[in-house]
Amino acid sequence: MKFLSHTLDNGLEIVAEQNDAAHSLGVGFFVRAGARDETDEIAGVSHFLEHMVFKGTPRRSAEDVNREFDELGAHYNAFTSEENTVYYAAVLPEYQDPTIDLLADIMRPSLREDDFQMEKKVIIEEIQMYADQPPFGMDDKIKEIHYGTHPLARSVLGTVDTVSALSTDQMHQYFTSRYSPGNVFVSAAGKVDFDALVKQVTECCGDWESQPISRDIPPVDSKATFHHVYRESASQQYILQLADAPASENKDRFAAKLMATMLGDDSGSRMYWEMVDPGLAESASVGHYEYLGAGMFFSWISCDPGASAANYQRAAQLQEQAEQDGFTAEELRQAQSKVKARVVLGSERPRNRLFNVGGNWMQRREYRSVADDLASVDAVTLDDVHRVLAEYPLTRHSTVVIGPLEEWAE
Amino acid sequence: MVPATQVQQRNAQTHQLANGLVLVGEPTDAVQSAALSLLVPSGYSNDPVDRLGLSSLLCDMVLRGAGERDSRALINDLEVLGVERGESVGVSQTTFSAATVATNLEEALGVYADIVRRPHLPENQLEAGKLVCLQELHGVDDEPSQRLMLELRRRTYAQPWGRSSLGDESGITGSTSTDVRDYWSRHFRPQGAILGVAGNFDWDRLVGRVEELFADWESTDIPPAVELPNEELPTHILQESNQCHIGIAFPSVPYRDPDYLRAWAAVGVLSGGMSSRLFTEVREKRGLCYTVNASLQTQRERARVLCYAGTTAERAQETLDVTFAELIKLRDGVEQGELDRLKARIKSGLIMQQESTSSRSGAIARDWYHLGRIRSLEEVGGQVDAMTSQDINEFLQAHPPSDFTFVTLGPAELELPKVE
Repeated sequence: MKFLSHTLDNGLEIVAEQNDAAHSLGVGFFVRAGARDETDEIAGVSHFLEHMVFKGTPRRSAEDVNREFDELGAHYNAFTSEENTVYYAAVLPEYQDPTIDLLADIMRPSLREDDFQMEKKVIIEEIQMYADQPPFGMDDKIKEIHYGTHPLARSVLGTVDTVSALSTDQMHQYFTSRYSPGNVFVSAAGKVDFDALVKQVTECCGDWESQPISRDIPPVDSKATFHHVYRESASQQYILQLADAPASENKDRFAAKLMATMLGDDSGSRMYWEMVDPGLAESASVGHYEYLGAGMFFSWISCDPGASAANYQRAAQLQEQAEQDGFTAEELRQAQSKVKARVVLGSERPRNRLFNVGGNWMQRREYRSVADDLASVDAVTLDDVHRVLAEYPLTRHSTVVIGPLEEWAE
Repeated sequence: MVPATQVQQRNAQTHQLANGLVLVGEPTDAVQSAALSLLVPSGYSNDPVDRLGLSSLLCDMVLRGAGERDSRALINDLEVLGVERGESVGVSQTTFSAATVATNLEEALGVYADIVRRPHLPENQLEAGKLVCLQELHGVDDEPSQRLMLELRRRTYAQPWGRSSLGDESGITGSTSTDVRDYWSRHFRPQGAILGVAGNFDWDRLVGRVEELFADWESTDIPPAVELPNEELPTHILQESNQCHIGIAFPSVPYRDPDYLRAWAAVGVLSGGMSSRLFTEVREKRGLCYTVNASLQTQRERARVLCYAGTTAERAQETLDVTFAELIKLRDGVEQGELDRLKARIKSGLIMQQESTSSRSGAIARDWYHLGRIRSLEEVGGQVDAMTSQDINEFLQAHPPSDFTFVTLGPAELELPKVE
């Protein structure tokens, strides 16, 4: 495996992890654009734009785009988060050229009015779909109450109202600044012909005009808040909790991930043994999520409404216990084995490596090999874990409870 | 069609133990991992009618201690071995899947031999096991699309093939420790069990290890599940939700049928890739839904095409009508261009499947179950390559989509299409 990189004159970067033994390659355009870059007036525009990118260019209709991706036998998709929008495809090596041609072209979409109005309906359906599913919009709500006016509090989907009110002009404006070459990079992994990649990206994207662009990364001023929502039609009760955690630029992020694994992995963690194994909760977990300038410990419990108050107490106890007494060497060893095996298993697919290489470049402009990640996991000590808990206490969290319980006595 | 440079010659090997257990393996030194799929002939179609969910309860219970390990040691040891695992209960089988770094394969196999052969089934954890099953059962009530698909399967298949693996409240609550133990001793058996292994391992050594772990597993005989007629169920389920969920099913041919590939390709034209018919007509041209799809779901002796669309209530009728019109239109056949795109997707899918030992171990075990042999990727590639649009159209003429089952879930009832 070899890491290669190149920067075009207009600022667009290309990074790749070349693996000649791979059967396929993954390639993607990573854009530093997400909900955190929006304002109230354009809430939901990043995600809507992601859909519009597949709606055609001066050279291609929407149908052409879909048909060509399928002709390449590509496994392709896109996603939008709080801070990135990513367009990617996994293909066989002989289709590298036409795949780049297609991906690069759609990154300069026409944003036609009739396509815009049609796709608006699809986005609204997507919003309605999620509103019907657990946690019934509360993943947005908890960010809102925890982060207040901080950009990370913004909803990726937006609301039916904000999306309905969006215009193509607003989207154009947002696109022009956020999809500027200095704010976009190409990442690839697997059986990549890097010279051909650089040559083609230069041809396709070399004339993209550069725009000055910056991103606001204010410090987090979170509030530990409690919120209860009565939802009569729900069957289960859902408890969401959000606590501050190491950010993506923080070296302690590996310790944070191992702590989350020991406390709240899907299997074999403290929350698993306390709540899932005895059948007291359908699921009980905690994960670490990293963003620029902020991190999250995000916990989730779903359970029978009658058991929810007791589970809430159990979670509180586990958090206190972790902070006061820490974890054991045996727990750490188990978590390290598990996380390392996941790293190795995940690395066998080029499309997984694509997200790893792209994610590291997005967050820190660094390349990390599989060996680097394994070494970082191994290097974490109990002291590191306990320092994270001291700096980012789990007991200081926001909570949202939603379900059929009319009352909730905290 | 799949060039030799891309498909490494991976020869699948098979070995049958005297007690009936079949080991199928696909070794390769191109990866560092190894994965196993252990299929045990214990499925929900065997659940007694007053114990629906018993096979799922058993699947939970076998992990609560086995061999020399208690419940906690079992899970912890699998984690220290770095095993990524999953269990699922299907119509005729319970599947245990595990993937880890190749050096831990033999030890992980030992743990799985204990799980299926020497589970403790601790009586003092039966209540916990039942609660786990009940939580899952209740959880589905909050997932409308999942609930709709369960209701669709319940209606399109005869019983017991269309049951939910989750069972029902009274079946789980009523199960006793004796029920669980009896069910285990009858159904967890070597005849009909299949162990698929893919990844970096030595075949001869693996055969030795599997003989050592499973050779003295004793056989039992059980009668096959009996088919029963379906009871009449309503076509609409009332739920106060924003969206209405639409399910349509029709019969097709199972995996072992010589026509399977053609049936599968026809469904691929309908739904597979963003240029497929349902995506184009329902979502792209009309903006009716975010999710619309169809898939061919196969059991050993029977199969159905299951279609799903979810949309806001006021647009649900149009969504149903447009989706259904596409199913009827499929009777007129597919075009060459549609098939060519599908072939490109299948080809890359086959090659990329080699990049996942979990996918391969599952695929070879499944091949053995359905076909009694394993097809190499080259063989599948060759069959796909040889397929023409005329083949598919002949199949569609002989098996036009018909005999539809409908079910909707949402705030208001829809008018179901009149089927000629």
